[in-house]
Amino acid sequence: MKSALIALCIAVFAIQPVGASANGPAPDELIRKLSDDVLEILRNDEKLRNGDVSNVVNLVEDLVLPHFNFRRMTMLAVGRDWRDASPEQQQRLMDAFYGMLVRTYSNALKQYRDQTIGVRPLRMSPSDKTVRVQTEIRQSGAQPVTVDYVLEQSADGWKVFDIVVAGVSLVTNYRGTFSQEIRVGGIDGLINSLETKGREFTRAPGQS
Amino acid sequence: MRAFELQSRVFAVLIACAVLVMSGCATRPSNPDDPLERYNRAMFSFNDKVDRAIVKPITTAYDTVTPDVVQTGVGNFFGNLGDVWIGLNNMLQGKVGDGLSDWMRFLVNSTFGLFGLIDVASEMGLQKNDEDFGQTLAVWGVGEGPYFVVPFFGPSTVRDALVLPVDVRGDPVWGLDHVPTRNTLTVLRLAHKRARLLGLEKTLDEGTLDRYAFTRDFHLQQRRYKVHDGNVPMEYEDFDLDEEASLVPYETESDVVARSAVERLELVSMIETDADSSMFVIR
Repeated sequence: MKSALIALCIAVFAIQPVGASANGPAPDELIRKLSDDVLEILRNDEKLRNGDVSNVVNLVEDLVLPHFNFRRMTMLAVGRDWRDASPEQQQRLMDAFYGMLVRTYSNALKQYRDQTIGVRPLRMSPSDKTVRVQTEIRQSGAQPVTVDYVLEQSADGWKVFDIVVAGVSLVTNYRGTFSQEIRVGGIDGLINSLETKGREFTRAPGQS
Repeated sequence: MRAFELQSRVFAVLIACAVLVMSGCATRPSNPDDPLERYNRAMFSFNDKVDRAIVKPITTAYDTVTPDVVQTGVGNFFGNLGDVWIGLNNMLQGKVGDGLSDWMRFLVNSTFGLFGLIDVASEMGLQKNDEDFGQTLAVWGVGEGPYFVVPFFGPSTVRDALVLPVDVRGDPVWGLDHVPTRNTLTVLRLAHKRARLLGLEKTLDEGTLDRYAFTRDFHLQQRRYKVHDGNVPMEYEDFDLDEEASLVPYETESDVVARSAVERLELVSMIETDADSSMFVIR
């Protein structure tokens, strides 16, 4: 009886298509579609290729960032001090960090030349809440750069909360500098620095 | 050989200076990876000035003048020369398969790839590796030591900086006897490597609060990743949850495979014991 039950369980797990949950596409499908869409736009838009900044920023905000979990990203960048921040402080941290990531991501896209992106098929078990989708940016004449996206399942589909470039977690790499700011000026000090940095670059849009 | 000895001596002096600077300044609570921060920051901005004044202008010129196809060839050519030394380091680390693959790459690319200008080996599925003597020492158990910014070379650690002369020695370009050729190739390679990073300063300026600290943390993380050939476990906390529940161990792909394999074996063994016991009951 017990063995029959276990056999049934195994059969159910085997039949269920791995990763395709009720909400949205599987994580590797999501990343593949996202990178295809972005590359397609980068290749075809002459304005973007000539350095029109505003367009890239729109592209990032409309297409890419809705698939990111900013609360989680900000939390990981801030580290342990996140607990001590009030909800209002947390919100301001998230907004300022969002601006910073938009600038970083847009800058990265502006460097686009002729790279292609390969997404490795993902092996995951249906119970996984956190997965890592491995991709490779290939450019002729240079070693491919690995870019991994770490995603977690949420109510409205899989959300990216970290990008690991050549082995370096971008989100946790901020932690050293952020905790340095917090040591000096507290959480408000960090918020101020982030917001000041943001104002520095929004004042002169279109400059590159 | 004489050049090699001279370089070793210069490096030893530089590192001695850095240690002096460190002991001279008052200790302040800072990053445990970076006790030499004061010296490092000074050297970082010195390197930055050198870069702005000399390296970046040369690189920009190179990048403007050279078509992409040529740049690809240049990258492949220097990459190919590096594969011999990379292979030797893989051997020293006991990774014989990788070492043979690196040397195979060199043979294939030097012949079929027209003196390394075309990377045929990668098309054949022989992946390019990234090794150096600092990584070999790490595999042998030598700790990385404090973060250390090397004059002109940039971010490093004390361990890697001390063996930099060994890596320079293993570099075929630097070993060339014909000095004008050697110097030309060295400048070309520098320009080519720097050209890959032309957009980087802007990203660092706009995307970080402290260029120095961000660069340091990035270098150290990436170095550790390379030493472990990519097998660095990662953990992501969730600070919205309670203290105990906040540490969610992160699983790599191989972990998932391993775990599911273990689970499957357990199921099999459970089924077997189950069968055994039922047999026993029948008897």
